[in-house]
Amino acid sequence: MVERVRAVGAFMRGVLGADRYEHYLEHHRAHGCGEPMSRREFWRDYHRWQDENPQGRCC
Amino acid sequence: MSTIDESRPPAAVDPELLDEHEGRWTPVKIAVWGAIALLGALGWVMLAIVRGESVNAIWFVFAAVCSYLIAYRFYSRFVEARLVRPDDTRATPAEYKANGRDYVATDRRVLYGHHFAAIAGAGPLVGPVLAAQMGYLPGTIWIIVGVIFAGAVQDYLVLFFSMRRGGRSLGQMAREDLGRVGGIAAIVATLTIMVIITAILALVVVNALGESPWGVFSVSMTIPIALFMGVYLRYIRPGAVMEVSIIGFVLLMAAIVAGGWVSDQPDLADVFTLDRTTIAWAVIVYGFVAAVLPVWLLLAPRDYLSTFMKIGVVVLLAIAIVVVRPSVEAPAVSDFARTGDGPVFAGELFPFLFVTIACGALSGFHALIASGTTPKLVEKERQTRFIGYGGMLMESFVAIMALVAAITIDQGIYYAMNAAPSATGGTVDGAAQFVNSLGLTGVNVSPDTLQSVANDVGEETIVSRTGGAPTLAVGLATLLHQLIGGSALMSFWYHFAIMFEALFILTAVDAGTRVARFMLSDSLGNVWPRFRDPSWRVGAWGTTAVMVAAWGAILIMGVTDPLGGINTLFPLFGIANQLLAAIALAICLTIAAKRGAVKALWIIIVPLAFVTVVTVYGSILKIFSDVPAIGYFAQNQAFREARDAGETSFGNAATPEAMDAVIRNTYVQGSLSVLFVVLAIIVIATSVLRTVQAVRAGGGPSTEDERVESHIYAPAGLIATRPERELEEQWAEHRSREVAGRG
Repeated sequence: MVERVRAVGAFMRGVLGADRYEHYLEHHRAHGCGEPMSRREFWRDYHRWQDENPQGRCC
Repeated sequence: MSTIDESRPPAAVDPELLDEHEGRWTPVKIAVWGAIALLGALGWVMLAIVRGESVNAIWFVFAAVCSYLIAYRFYSRFVEARLVRPDDTRATPAEYKANGRDYVATDRRVLYGHHFAAIAGAGPLVGPVLAAQMGYLPGTIWIIVGVIFAGAVQDYLVLFFSMRRGGRSLGQMAREDLGRVGGIAAIVATLTIMVIITAILALVVVNALGESPWGVFSVSMTIPIALFMGVYLRYIRPGAVMEVSIIGFVLLMAAIVAGGWVSDQPDLADVFTLDRTTIAWAVIVYGFVAAVLPVWLLLAPRDYLSTFMKIGVVVLLAIAIVVVRPSVEAPAVSDFARTGDGPVFAGELFPFLFVTIACGALSGFHALIASGTTPKLVEKERQTRFIGYGGMLMESFVAIMALVAAITIDQGIYYAMNAAPSATGGTVDGAAQFVNSLGLTGVNVSPDTLQSVANDVGEETIVSRTGGAPTLAVGLATLLHQLIGGSALMSFWYHFAIMFEALFILTAVDAGTRVARFMLSDSLGNVWPRFRDPSWRVGAWGTTAVMVAAWGAILIMGVTDPLGGINTLFPLFGIANQLLAAIALAICLTIAAKRGAVKALWIIIVPLAFVTVVTVYGSILKIFSDVPAIGYFAQNQAFREARDAGETSFGNAATPEAMDAVIRNTYVQGSLSVLFVVLAIIVIATSVLRTVQAVRAGGGPSTEDERVESHIYAPAGLIATRPERELEEQWAEHRSREVAGRG
């Protein structure tokens, strides 16, 4: 039961994009060099990127 | 990368093994699919043939879900094998361009939810409600058959072809595969179509909030709530998205409850009682401000709320229909389907049913999401069927649920809510008189009934609340209060529905303005490169202002239209969306022909031909029909003649100013129809030309990105099959060996 709730939680986190920073860290571990960005830096960078690359939302 | 790891498992299940497994029909498998087929057939028989006194809504669920399952299992797999031919040994852009930001290999189930949240919004909720005036059967057939052979195929193909091109946009694909003329026409068409779609979505919100203090209060509260969430995420708890979404959701519910209190206080209610023109201006100002504010402050947090609500509402609605099992009030096919003079929108079943229900059956707008955002997140090529085709099936199901909500409310109430104010006079007496004069069998509504429904949902009136959203809200409230809360919560559920529709639409308006601005500045950048610099404020603000002015003008036109804005504009919305679908399918056709899939081209040609005939014929009627209720220019001419004859009122226009407005509006609407259809024909014609060339030459130059070997593996569908599970286990073993080796 607890596992189920956790799975739903993880699913919603993924759908909302709440786990972006974790994905970034994973990517950085595999391919990056130097220190990874902190959580705060990452989200600032991500939102700046979003400002410059608007993504559509459908009707 | 030079030292190839010999022990690494393959990146794809051996195709022969896969075929063998899928081709093996065990008795259990046969029994399951036989049962699905029987249940689906039973559902269709109950809807189409038995009909009876009252059809239970549960049959819609059976007919729809079983049809989707069969289509997904058999047709989409056929499309995959004959046309798409994915190859899991090829890396997807998410693998070979991985950057930890927009190119991220994402779990297929999460991406399914993500993609669904991006494609589904208010569209599939509104169209079916309006189309209910033709009876439930035509809409149901079109939503289900349309999605299987057109909508889901389009989404799947665009997703796959864009993925093979590193996630390129539809416009870029048009330029590369159709050439300069087709490419430019596709981009101009996309831009203008986005403007009209944004305007009409905004019109739906304005109509839902007009004269409704409760609605205005709770929807405007979403702005401070989103701002709070934005600040919280940026300065207090960076990245705590889940946490802030839950806080936001609770605040949202509180805002709905508080709205009820506000509407009960005469002084406060006055402040929040706004007429539709004022609300339209507020939406325009909001649209501009929201599109120039940084994303983190308003758009991103509201997007979280919107996604949260979207998934929640879909689940809630499905449970409500299955548990409450309401019976259907609408006839299978109404007279309006044949006569074409229904009060909700004008025109006969063919072609207007097929443009009124766009989202849910076939939506061109999806091509913009399926190219761009989603393809950069796909982990494995074979997953595109689940995400593209399967994602669209889910949207279709949302449309079916919206249709059910609309056809289970009393037909008298339905028509009183959806007839233009000029027909009902905006009063319960006028509305009752008008509806009873329609001569519909079994439809008889009293002014008292209309007033008591309004009281139940906590509104002053429900007469002439056009646009679909309020009707859906009444339908939803009728369903949901039987599930949770009883009649005491009826008004809460009504405003809950208004709230989430407004939330979806405002997010779409904001995001649409941003995307349109981006497209405009990108095009202007060809002439004046500085427009491509996103940090140049003047350029960003200027292009935003242009786009907001464009949709804002159409919005104001719709709000002040004496003929009832939804009535005249909604067909334009559907036609625009379907023309975009035709453009997307045309681009896919050329790409498929260049890949040499000649024998499978009919998979695209059938929906392309259908949607082209529907939209071009619909456009021709809107442009050339001599019936004023249908033809924009016929209406224009009728009013012109009346004005020239010195008349001061004509038809639904009571004053000379209103007559001038009709003349102006019909002219603009007619011109837009001409523009859309001309652009679409250019794109389709170029595509046909290129396709014929490619077929003759036995293929054409590929515009795909170069092949890169894949070094990851994940199953294709929701549930992994046995060979897929075995390979997954090999990978798990391999990974643990790697970790052990490193340690």
